[in-house]
Amino acid sequence: MAVTTQRRTGAPTIRRPGAAGRRGEPRGLVTNLVGYAILVFFALVFLYPFVIQIAGSFKTEPDAAANPLSPVPDPVDLTSFQRIFEGTNFPLWMTNSLVVTLVVTIGRILLDSLAGYALARLRFRGRGAIFAAVIAVMAVPGVVLLIPKFLVLNQLGIYDTYTALILPLLVDAAGVFIMKQFFESIPVSVEEAARIDGAGVFRTFWSVVLPMARPALITLTILSFQGSWNEFPHTLVAVQDPALFTLPRGLADLVSGSLGAGSQYPLKLGAALLATIPVAVIFVIFQRYFVRGANEGSDKG
Amino acid sequence: MPDVSGTKRRERRRAGSGIRGNEAVAGWLFVAPVVVILGLFLLLPILMALWVSLTDWNGQGSPFRAGVPFVGVDNYTRLFAEDGLARRDFMTAIRNNLYYVAIVVPVQTALALFLALVVNRRMLKGRSFFRTAFYFPSVTSSVAISVVFLFLFANSGAVNGLLALFGIDGPAWFSDARGVLHILLGGFGVDSAPAALTGGGPFGLTWWDWLSGPSVAMCAIIALVVWTTSGTFMLMFLAALQSVPEALEEASTLDGAGRWQRLRYVTLPMIKPTLFLVLTLGLIGTWQVFDQIYVMSQGNPAKTTLTPAYLSYRTAFRDFEYGSGAAISFVLFLIIIVLTLVQRRVLRERDGDRPRWFRRRAERRS
Repeated sequence: MAVTTQRRTGAPTIRRPGAAGRRGEPRGLVTNLVGYAILVFFALVFLYPFVIQIAGSFKTEPDAAANPLSPVPDPVDLTSFQRIFEGTNFPLWMTNSLVVTLVVTIGRILLDSLAGYALARLRFRGRGAIFAAVIAVMAVPGVVLLIPKFLVLNQLGIYDTYTALILPLLVDAAGVFIMKQFFESIPVSVEEAARIDGAGVFRTFWSVVLPMARPALITLTILSFQGSWNEFPHTLVAVQDPALFTLPRGLADLVSGSLGAGSQYPLKLGAALLATIPVAVIFVIFQRYFVRGANEGSDKG
Repeated sequence: MPDVSGTKRRERRRAGSGIRGNEAVAGWLFVAPVVVILGLFLLLPILMALWVSLTDWNGQGSPFRAGVPFVGVDNYTRLFAEDGLARRDFMTAIRNNLYYVAIVVPVQTALALFLALVVNRRMLKGRSFFRTAFYFPSVTSSVAISVVFLFLFANSGAVNGLLALFGIDGPAWFSDARGVLHILLGGFGVDSAPAALTGGGPFGLTWWDWLSGPSVAMCAIIALVVWTTSGTFMLMFLAALQSVPEALEEASTLDGAGRWQRLRYVTLPMIKPTLFLVLTLGLIGTWQVFDQIYVMSQGNPAKTTLTPAYLSYRTAFRDFEYGSGAAISFVLFLIIIVLTLVQRRVLRERDGDRPRWFRRRAERRS
């Protein structure tokens, strides 16, 4: 009761900023309530599709078609999941995705940080040019490279292999940039101490500097995992053999009608759900590293 | 004595050059994998595609064989100057993408800014939950999300179910090729094109075609993209908002600035660099829309969701006209490069008129 009255009296106050100071306390309360109302509305808009997805994958096909909005499957039906595992190549896609994601992530951590370290700390001829090239390459739009990448993979004779799926993703310019920025923030004195103790360049990098870069490494790991797990266009031009499909590719294939008759939404939603779960889990655990990743670009000019 | 110091100096010099020498070798070894892979899969491809876009290669054998027909800029002139299917499809794709950009960029920017402002309120509880909720769609797979939205926008899907609650009969989203501007005009009784608009128009499309607006199908894709990207941009705005000094806002409140005035004259100018960044990143991103089109509509219905990125893919890999496809990607490449250069330019210029405290902070950081 109290809430509704406050809301009603509050509404005009917000539109008249001139009246701000007069009411003081209640105004803060009311604007907060309006704030919450807005937030809850948008939270619903942003999250409810996932609720529908989860519910939909547990529905029977007629139920999904008749009550698409309902968050409760009636009856709860597990046949779509059974059919995902028995009637599609889902387990194969999952395995491929895991292999690709694992190798790509490890590769990026290693190669990006090596290059990042060299660009930040080692003095060698051509360093400036290489860094400029890395920055320039970051601006190359991925989508226009689809045909070109196919041409190169074809010429190298690795089209339609795991190598084609993995190798081009193994390093990324943005990762090099992130690592370089981080290494530059580590005080030089640390390395000097290691040098005086007789450590070589690689040893200094591996046992002294790299362990200090943990926060940046975690960010990079998360971004690589998420990026390669979700990667789609690259797999389109790198492989053709259904035995090499990753999850997004398999999913796209399911949607475009490899299932045969009917819309089969519960099955498609279920497969999409299973593909989302790993990233969702990682996201919930490592949220702040995702946030850091999203803001990585905003500082550079 | 002098002898000893001489040896020392020589030793030091030798040791010094040794470390420097090691550094150079190590440096190159360290960057070698990155240089090789980026060169092989980012730079070399561009050059190869440039060659292919000047040929009529059909995908058989190597594009560098002697027998591959060299056609010069034919592939490009067919996109711009010659009347035919190639130009009509390309211009339709450009038109679709223009409408897509014109809606997605402002809407996602405004929504992201709005959400950031709301989430940034200091008194609000549960802020981190809401941030997570808004950002979550951005990290999930575009393909998986597209599957969900296909279901939401199905004929008997959730969106139409929701519209029905308000007594609106929702369209068949993914098979409705009508442009929304045409539909609007239909509402005023203008159902067919006025003669003045069908007579001709630039690049082989009639004015009536250019002025169709995004199709109903495209609107569904627009909704999906705005929904997935707003979260990322919200985080960027949020980071910017948090670096606006609290004292400044308090001072303006004391000076009697209202909510809108504060936003307009204090907050927005302070976060202008981020606003530019978000706008240009949006511009660059919207010209690359691909995954959603591939999964949801494949350019259908009636080519109204065709975009240059998808058209180049389709031309090359479905019609096996690699030359034509490569030419389309190059035009797209140019569009995006120009937008990127504009962004760099704008960002550099704004560095000059940054407030002093901001510059000082940036200096300290670097």
